[in-house]
Amino acid sequence: MKRSWWIAGWSAVLAVTVWWILQQMSLRSFWTQVLNGLSFGAVLFFLASGFTLIFGLMRISNLAHGGFYLVGAYIGITVMGLTGNFPLAVLLGGVAIALLGLFTERVLLRPIRGMEKPEVLLTIGLTFVLGDLSLAIWGGDPTPVPIPEALKGPLQIGNFAYPRYRLFVLICAVVVGAILFFVDRRTRIGALVRAGVDDQEMVAGLGINIKAVFTGVFVFGAFLAGFAGVIGGGFLTVLPGQDFEILLFALVVVIIGGLGSLPGAVLGASLVGLIDAFAKALVPELAFFTLFAPMALILVVRPHGLMGREA
Amino acid sequence: MLAVENLQCSYGTARVLEGVDLTVSSGEVLALLGRNGMGKTTLARAIVGMKPPQIREGSITYRDVELTGLESHQIARLGVGYVPQGRRVFGSLTVLENLEVAYRPPRDGQQPWTIERVFEFFPRLAERSNSYARNLSGGEQQMLAIGRALATNPTLLVMDEPSEGLAPVVLGVIKERLRELKQGELTILLIEQNLGLALSIADRVVVLGSDGKIVWTGGPDELRADEQAKRRHLGV
Repeated sequence: MKRSWWIAGWSAVLAVTVWWILQQMSLRSFWTQVLNGLSFGAVLFFLASGFTLIFGLMRISNLAHGGFYLVGAYIGITVMGLTGNFPLAVLLGGVAIALLGLFTERVLLRPIRGMEKPEVLLTIGLTFVLGDLSLAIWGGDPTPVPIPEALKGPLQIGNFAYPRYRLFVLICAVVVGAILFFVDRRTRIGALVRAGVDDQEMVAGLGINIKAVFTGVFVFGAFLAGFAGVIGGGFLTVLPGQDFEILLFALVVVIIGGLGSLPGAVLGASLVGLIDAFAKALVPELAFFTLFAPMALILVVRPHGLMGREA
Repeated sequence: MLAVENLQCSYGTARVLEGVDLTVSSGEVLALLGRNGMGKTTLARAIVGMKPPQIREGSITYRDVELTGLESHQIARLGVGYVPQGRRVFGSLTVLENLEVAYRPPRDGQQPWTIERVFEFFPRLAERSNSYARNLSGGEQQMLAIGRALATNPTLLVMDEPSEGLAPVVLGVIKERLRELKQGELTILLIEQNLGLALSIADRVVVLGSDGKIVWTGGPDELRADEQAKRRHLGV
């Protein structure tokens, strides 16, 4: 009973919002903004899913995730400059950041395991270091990651045209999401990670090297951040400071979705992407308000996020 | 098979065990009794390598391997199975997944535990194999905690209060199953508050006293007859 009231309430809010938006813009620009929001949300999903997995298992808020994203994007630019091979750029961007993640987890974070404040300070400090190194190596001029010819220009469906590249990003997100859900729900390694979220001491007590699982998840999350950097850099220009900007968005996604929840990351990323797109189109002067007001509102109603559960 | 010598443990500055000595022989069921707060769970955690407590002094050897200083996953791989206090099943995994995550093939010629065999041992778990463990009743969770430990194919089973909070009917089932495990020559260290259960299964009994040492050792029948020891050390 209570649940159905909630659903009715949220549906009403959604209906009024959509009605109001449609008063402001044509149906065609409405759908354009929906796709803009979802494709930005796709990039946020790559970041937030890694962030939320790492947090759920290890209770580490890896604030270097934005730095990982930015360096990944720059590596993508370099690889494209050298080879012009886009799949290779995406792969190497991911792999390079995975190695950086391995170093971060094994060498930097391991000695301070379980100490929350040092972990937060270290990962945020790492973001500054990575940002300055990027500035020294790649300079400060805004540049996009070059994208292949086949993905340039619009795709025409009837009389509706939309950039091919953004559609490609959306498809990537669906594929990555499907793989993540499959691994999480249907494989032994997914079950291990979920068991670790429940009770890591007991996982170790069954003879499983939980630290190796930690490293694996951290490296995988870092890979996704580097991957997101190259893919996202193709349509979100790469420039200094974007590490913190994208981190902020990713944090809002995981807070709205619920820390540690993969479905939460999907929902949060879609919501934040859509809110961002429509807010920029309708009330650009209120961009940050429209991002944080819904977050505050959701936290009032659901303190652990939409799909989160009590820690 | 398992030998604990002069074991001293503490939580920070609070000392809990002050020199515990005990041995468990191969194929034996040793019951460890004692009132609440005497350090029974501390001893179990020290044996399976979980921290805290810190081990200040003493040694724990299992099949001639020193366990102090090893990590708990290494100890588990030596064949030490653990059924923890409070069951601690993985709530967001199904019953089947709980067993699959735990499963490890046997090391030597013992009759191997497979997931099918665990399901035959606890038919109730087979019926609920696709339920999430958090939705199980207390008794079912206890069966799962035991089944999960068996799926690691242990040679020594450390059980911490398997009777805790169980309805009498379920308790009967657990007791029956523990007897079967005993007949199957599994070595068990059974930590219990439930005197009846412990005495009906154990080959030998030790009692942990308030000074953090073993204060009584003997057979179950001796303890049954020793009213003074029961009153002094167990409060019954």
